[in-house]
Amino acid sequence: MIEVRDLHKRFGGLEALRGVTMHIERGEVVVVIGPSGSGKSTLLRCVNRLETPDGGEVIVDGRSVNDRHTDVNALRKDIGVVFQSFNLFPHLTVLRNLTLAPMRVRKLDRATAEERARKLLVKVGIPEKAEARPTQLSGGQQQRVAIARALCMEPKIMLFDEPTSALDPEMIKEVLDVMKALAKDGMTMMVVSHEMGFAREVADRVIFMDQGEIVEQARPERFFQHPEQERTKRFLQTILHH
Amino acid sequence: MGFPVFDENAHLFGQGYLTTVVLSAGALALSLVIGTVVASARVWGGPIVQSFSRAYVEFFRNTPLLVQLLFIAVLLAPRNLNVTREPIVAALIGLSIYTGAYVTEVVRSGILSVDPRQIEAARSLGLSQVEALRFVVLPQAVRTVIPPLGNLSIALVKNTAIASGIAATELLKVAGIIESRTGLFTPYIAVLVAYWTLTLPLAWVVSRLERRLAFAR
Ligand SMILES: Nc1ncnc2c1ncn2[C@@H]1O[C@H](COP(=O)(O)OP(=O)(O)O)[C@@H](O)[C@H]1O
Ligand SMILES: [Mg+2]
Repeated sequence: MIEVRDLHKRFGGLEALRGVTMHIERGEVVVVIGPSGSGKSTLLRCVNRLETPDGGEVIVDGRSVNDRHTDVNALRKDIGVVFQSFNLFPHLTVLRNLTLAPMRVRKLDRATAEERARKLLVKVGIPEKAEARPTQLSGGQQQRVAIARALCMEPKIMLFDEPTSALDPEMIKEVLDVMKALAKDGMTMMVVSHEMGFAREVADRVIFMDQGEIVEQARPERFFQHPEQERTKRFLQTILHH
Repeated sequence: MGFPVFDENAHLFGQGYLTTVVLSAGALALSLVIGTVVASARVWGGPIVQSFSRAYVEFFRNTPLLVQLLFIAVLLAPRNLNVTREPIVAALIGLSIYTGAYVTEVVRSGILSVDPRQIEAARSLGLSQVEALRFVVLPQAVRTVIPPLGNLSIALVKNTAIASGIAATELLKVAGIIESRTGLFTPYIAVLVAYWTLTLPLAWVVSRLERRLAFAR
């Protein structure tokens, strides 16, 4: 579903990605962890061309992401993204946040789009907030709306970039529960997150990145109990013991 | 009618009033177009386009409007055509370009006030750049831009008086003509009231819009 080959990306003199190769199968849930600045967001953003790599290739659902002939808007229809900072549209109601893209991009009529949106709001547990403004919601509710907004396009893949990092602890669970349900529904997911409980419970694979490289990847049980690389062990110690 | 002089002057005054309205409305519309285009060029254009739009703003904001109007009037002055309508055209162009420089700065700050992550979120949903600007950035920019644009349009109405300096027969010029005919001071009082009938409703509309568009951030 996602195929990344020898990906390089630099920002000025800084090498954010130094030859990353990985793949994600259809229906697979992959959690990416690693210290701040290790290139996790950059890798995720290359998958839907929010960043343009300097070398290497990304293929999503058989389409080369950076090929000149690839219609980037068509590609992005199939890739939902959830950001750390929610990025809901503050001038629109929750319902309009969900229906904007389906109506403009998928060309759904209003009734169909709203029906789909209301179903998703039920799914993420806040059907009563359809007419509210994003600013009237708690962080956890906003992030659930953001997930519903992405799902409203019926994507084949969902990318999450630290979806719970901006949330108060008591709101993390409500967002993770939605993500777990999604994973159990068979969604293909790439999740940058340090929520180890989530990784243990639903990840098919954990990828550890450091300094623009993939250091190690394994199934979660193996990854957490028997990490092979020194860097992985050190990182796991810092996040598990604080 | 018993007062042919009054009738004639009232007619002239009415024409001057109409000219001021048309000049204000026309220059406002043109300056909004100019400002939106130049501000977009400034924010999203390449380095050369950016320096041009910057030079435009700095030049027209920092030189006197009357001199700009005179300059444009001279440029447009046809050597052997009927010139009666020319001052108004020169005034329209000059006021549009001058006000456009201010509009550019207002629109630019409006665009910059919108979090760039809003565009990323919109593009990630498959909206094109133009759709992202139209449905996500501009509606948010409008909210920050309405009050300063309202003030600019009030300033524009008042600036139309400067067009009298290039003999455009708007309100002030007309008042001068009537004064020189009649020796009366009253036309100037009428002129002040006339400007006020334009700016006061504008100020009211602006404050209404401000309240309607307000939303908690
Ligand atoms: N737009 C950018 N401009 C300059 N440097 C950037 C940009 N985005 C990321 N970087 C740098 O690239 C490196 C990797 O960043 P990022 O992918 O955000 O790491 P992570 O998500 O793992 O914390 C960091 O050193 C970061 O400062
Ligand atoms: Mg990051």
